[in-house]
Amino acid sequence: MGAAPMVKAEAVYKNYGRLEVLRGIDLEVEPKEVLCMIGPSGSGKSTFLRCINHLENIDAGRLSVDGELVGYRQRGNRLYELSDPEVCKKRSQIGMVFQRFNLFPHMTALANVIEAPIRVKKESRAVAVERARGLLQRVGLADKLDAYPNQLSGGQQQRVAIARALAMQPKLMLFDEPTSALDPELVGEVLDVMRGLAEDGMTMVVVTHEMGFAREVSDKLVFMDGGVIVEAGTPREMLVNPQFERTRAFLSKVL
Amino acid sequence: MSEITAGPPLRASLPGRRGEAIKAIPVRHPWRWVSAAAVLALAGGAVYTIVTAPDLRWDQVGKYLFQQLILRGVLVTLELTVLAMVIGIALGVVLAVMRLSPNPVVSWVSWMYIWFFRGTPVLVQIFFWYNLNIVLKHIGVGIPFTSLHWLASTNSLINPFVAATLGLGLNEAAYMAEIVRAGIISVEHGQTEAAQALGMTRLLVMRRIVLPQAMRVIIPPTGNETISMLKTTSLAFIAAVPELFTRSEQISNFNYYVVELAIVISIWYLFMTSILTVGQYYVERHFGRGAQRQLPPTPLQRLRTMFFTLHTPPPAPPVASVLVPREQR
Repeated sequence: MGAAPMVKAEAVYKNYGRLEVLRGIDLEVEPKEVLCMIGPSGSGKSTFLRCINHLENIDAGRLSVDGELVGYRQRGNRLYELSDPEVCKKRSQIGMVFQRFNLFPHMTALANVIEAPIRVKKESRAVAVERARGLLQRVGLADKLDAYPNQLSGGQQQRVAIARALAMQPKLMLFDEPTSALDPELVGEVLDVMRGLAEDGMTMVVVTHEMGFAREVSDKLVFMDGGVIVEAGTPREMLVNPQFERTRAFLSKVL
Repeated sequence: MSEITAGPPLRASLPGRRGEAIKAIPVRHPWRWVSAAAVLALAGGAVYTIVTAPDLRWDQVGKYLFQQLILRGVLVTLELTVLAMVIGIALGVVLAVMRLSPNPVVSWVSWMYIWFFRGTPVLVQIFFWYNLNIVLKHIGVGIPFTSLHWLASTNSLINPFVAATLGLGLNEAAYMAEIVRAGIISVEHGQTEAAQALGMTRLLVMRRIVLPQAMRVIIPPTGNETISMLKTTSLAFIAAVPELFTRSEQISNFNYYVVELAIVISIWYLFMTSILTVGQYYVERHFGRGAQRQLPPTPLQRLRTMFFTLHTPPPAPPVASVLVPREQR
């Protein structure tokens, strides 16, 4: 299975009632690759990201992670929906970081990070705490173990959220506009952590508006608009010399 | 641009000049004094009239305050309150989760339960359980088409105490269900998503993430419900449960000190609700973790600071630091 792409989307469709949010997404993310998705709001980037860990289900097409379908099992020509525990098991292997951090406010930073390893992976407390300390140190928050989320700045909260996702030792990390809710001053510290992750070989799908980050860190850049991928390529080619007028128009506004 | 040079130098962490302290003659509020006096006079008059009622025997109040039967009544009242609230909260949580279930039948059953038990008087419900044996001599469960069954006489299952506990508890569950549901809904959806993204199952998300946060919304009204329940237990007199009110009735039935005994049990009810109020404060404080940057002080801590600040001059007001962009030179 080593050669299989980490994420593979084939003609993925998704609609809310009559509103078509995703209209045929084809995409591959190789292991250790960083994919950045850019595009105007409402273009379907976040929805696609949420489909990858089955927070949303797709209506048509095939979407698989690490060679296995998301949310279904295929036997012969038939698809069988996965049960709640099966879906949970798959989700536990994919880390996700949200725009609004979504830290658990009633738990300290450390408790946030060890919660899932203990409850979901059934790790012993000692092991979970050990790893959590290491992760929080890595994101530069070794002195904030006992702080509650509302005692932390936005940037610190987002770094705890990253540590929380990493604590499950995921094979894939999803970032949903991780810096969009941050004060401009605090964006850098979060991007630095993400950059470090990419250098360590983490497979990442990042929905972002940070063009600088996309240019420096991503291996592949995707521009989405109206539920389709308008243009995909390496960031250098695309940002410097976009092939489509729509991409050019978007980039001229954000660069 | 040249006007700006007149201001203090723009440097971070240096406070600006502190102006002359405000010394002004405060506005007078004569009507506040008048209204305060009027209210005090009215309230004082009412209390005085009752306290000095010519035929009110305060010695009897003192005599019965710690009388054996009354004390036992207090105990039964407390038992009823605790049991009814335990049933109410446990069943209420179940009903609330059912109400929010994606299964329409389960949700509908919960709705029907709440509709029924909230829509009928609790006094009638206690009365119903108390008199159930008139129409139903035996209660039992069995598995259809087999001889496996279990049966008992209604009278042995539902004594007066059980009837009152059931009536109060099942009724309370309907109210608690709505309180818990409001609490669950108040937790931001992002919390559920974040927990799901970590691989937590529905049940785990509910138990570890949603309910603990819902508690902050659930606790205050639950405290009110508990205080209310403590007083509502007096309705158990309809089922002849020997709680506080029933006891006072029994005693006054032969000594005719009706008002005196009403005062006795009022003192007890007030005492117990006061204790609960303090308890509620501490429970709220516990579940407020993470909601405020600093926990509010306990009443004791507040007393201490009050005492402390009476003797030392208040600290100077904090000087607002000048906000200067970091990069400013």
